[in-house]
Amino acid sequence: MDQAERTMHTELLRFITCGSVDDGKSTVIGRLLYDSKAIFEDQLAAITATSQRRGLSETDLALLTDGLQAEREQGITIDVAYRYFSTPVRRFIIADTPGHEQYTRNMVTGASTADLAIILMDVRKGVLPQTRRHTHLVRLLGIPRVVVAVNKMDLVQYQASAFEKVRDEFIAFAGSLGFEEIIPVPMSALHGDMVVERGSGLPWYTGPTLLQVLERAPVDEALVHAPFRFPVQLVQRPGDGEHEARRGYQGRIASGSIAVGESVTVLPAGIVTTIAGIHTFDGPLQDARAGQSVTLTLSDQVDISRGDMIASASLPPRSEKSFEALLCWFSTTPLDVNRRFLVRQGTRTVQGKIGTVAYKLDVNTSEHVPAPAQVAMNDIVKATFKVQHPVAVDSYGSNRPNGCFILIDEVSNDTVAAGMLL
Amino acid sequence: MQQEHLTSVIDLAPHRAGRFEPLDHLDRLESEAIHIMREVAAECRHPALLFSGGKDSIVMLRLAEKAFRPGRFPFPLVHIDTGHNFPEVLAFRDHRATQLGERLIVRSVEDSIRQGRARVSGPNDSRNALQAVTLVDTINEFQFDACLGGARRDEEKARAKERIFSFRDEFGVWDPKNQRPELWDLYNARVHPGENLRVFPISNWTELDVWSYIAREALEVPEIYYAHERAVVRRGVQLVPVTALTPPRPGEVVEHLSVRFRTVGDITCTCPVASHADTVEAIIAETAVTSVTERGATRMDDQTSEASMELRKKQGYF
Repeated sequence: MDQAERTMHTELLRFITCGSVDDGKSTVIGRLLYDSKAIFEDQLAAITATSQRRGLSETDLALLTDGLQAEREQGITIDVAYRYFSTPVRRFIIADTPGHEQYTRNMVTGASTADLAIILMDVRKGVLPQTRRHTHLVRLLGIPRVVVAVNKMDLVQYQASAFEKVRDEFIAFAGSLGFEEIIPVPMSALHGDMVVERGSGLPWYTGPTLLQVLERAPVDEALVHAPFRFPVQLVQRPGDGEHEARRGYQGRIASGSIAVGESVTVLPAGIVTTIAGIHTFDGPLQDARAGQSVTLTLSDQVDISRGDMIASASLPPRSEKSFEALLCWFSTTPLDVNRRFLVRQGTRTVQGKIGTVAYKLDVNTSEHVPAPAQVAMNDIVKATFKVQHPVAVDSYGSNRPNGCFILIDEVSNDTVAAGMLL
Repeated sequence: MQQEHLTSVIDLAPHRAGRFEPLDHLDRLESEAIHIMREVAAECRHPALLFSGGKDSIVMLRLAEKAFRPGRFPFPLVHIDTGHNFPEVLAFRDHRATQLGERLIVRSVEDSIRQGRARVSGPNDSRNALQAVTLVDTINEFQFDACLGGARRDEEKARAKERIFSFRDEFGVWDPKNQRPELWDLYNARVHPGENLRVFPISNWTELDVWSYIAREALEVPEIYYAHERAVVRRGVQLVPVTALTPPRPGEVVEHLSVRFRTVGDITCTCPVASHADTVEAIIAETAVTSVTERGATRMDDQTSEASMELRKKQGYF
């Protein structure tokens, strides 16, 4: 019963792991899951059998993150896998993404919803081109915190100096990128040092274990204190079941908070009104915050439909028909600037066109390559956009949920790119 | 510039700065699921919600109430009946649909077999895989462009890699190597005629989350989820229920044990676990410390090969 009660009120942290098989990424995840008792006996039996079949003397925890048959055959990871574990204080969702260069799109996908990133490094190798790439992408996607997991400490006799060298090298490179926090942790995932347990190999290290960092990192704090943004998903007409005979506007609060009586702006119309009520299936609320799905009613009759935004009247978003953004191209077909796309931002879908492509971002060095001849899969470029109807947006740097969009190809319906507003 | 912006935000915030504790994880999962259901209602023309009477789909119905009440659900409930369902679960399915006053469409694998659209080698074989045929036929019959399902990523490896809005071509096939990128909470629900989506609002829930939510919302579940006495035989690590469809094999000893079901799928491939948990709270306590996965303990069909689920999904299974 104790256990059940403890699992009732816990927070949720989403994080991404970046690194390659060579850095021991799968072993770190396997160790987190295994030592936090998230591994079931039948899963363990399956990977023990596989380990034996492959002639390994010990059970390879990395096999826990093996996914599809297609991947097992090729010995690679082809996509983002989501994994779940919990401790008495927190629930965790891991976005496990592959490290190969050609899968930038998967890393961007996993990073888009993460509160924190773990960047895996092999202590013997230090900062590699892929470390730089992952770190730049993590920064680009607006993840505020990175844990630098300096792994394989057992292979350098657990020397503090080896850890310090890699740590300093990383900070020299990433210290100025604008992260809120960089937390270096030495570890040996293979032997279990400093992942969940402290182990015996690193007595000189007095900082938190990886799990302690994950348990203590703030969750969506910034989002609650950002200005109020509410993209309208659906309109509930009075006939549909009424709230004080008013229309109800359904959606999930993207950022900020709201209380009954507060004034709001409806965009793109630009009309100012006040919140009359906040409704849920479980009854009315006096206030609500980022992340909550609610139904809002307003004091005035305003013509609002899906795609409109209800926002803070004192700190409204920009409402505009052209903007600049960083674009990560996902499609195997290179960008054709003469084509029209559907721009999906918030709950609004509008037709849009790309104007000029200013530069391509080299994700290994963060350098700008001006006027690229082609924008191909996994390229990140800065571009200007024109949209048919105004969108109510913020810069991605100031408001992640309201500063992002995706591009959909009108013909194939594929999601061809992800964008972050500047 | 950035600094200026931040200062003005903080000026506005102090009266509510201390007011908001971080959302509880169940609230966060619930809000995410409501958001997803409303996206389906807004973006899809003919959605449906797959309801089997099992615990995950029971949670889905409560989430639909949270998303759409006091209005009606913007979709019918659909059940693909394998013909091998536990009678308690079917009774519960009908009871719950009536209670909610929502439309329930039932299509049966039996009919697909009779029409020669699905083949079985023996009358008592598992029909789990055959559900895919009937499901795809039902999607075509009603022109559904989206089916909401209660699958969770923690259930199985293939599911762990599936998108929340999972695209299916006109054959209902899932192509794991060619999934649409899914970022933030911007879901792409666009499909051509004949194609469809499977949408999984509780993708990020675990078995424990489902039971915790059932407890929190005081949801009714079919009785066989609770501990009861049942005739079983031991087969490998599993307890196989003795039914007309699953008689004991020669030499097997029938025992009467206190058991409960963790999943309630096709009778021929669903096993109970030994348990005395007769309340939701007791089930949560057991789930929190359980040592075998839900499917490992209960599903014979996922034991056949490491890639069973992956293969079935490629054939149109949800």
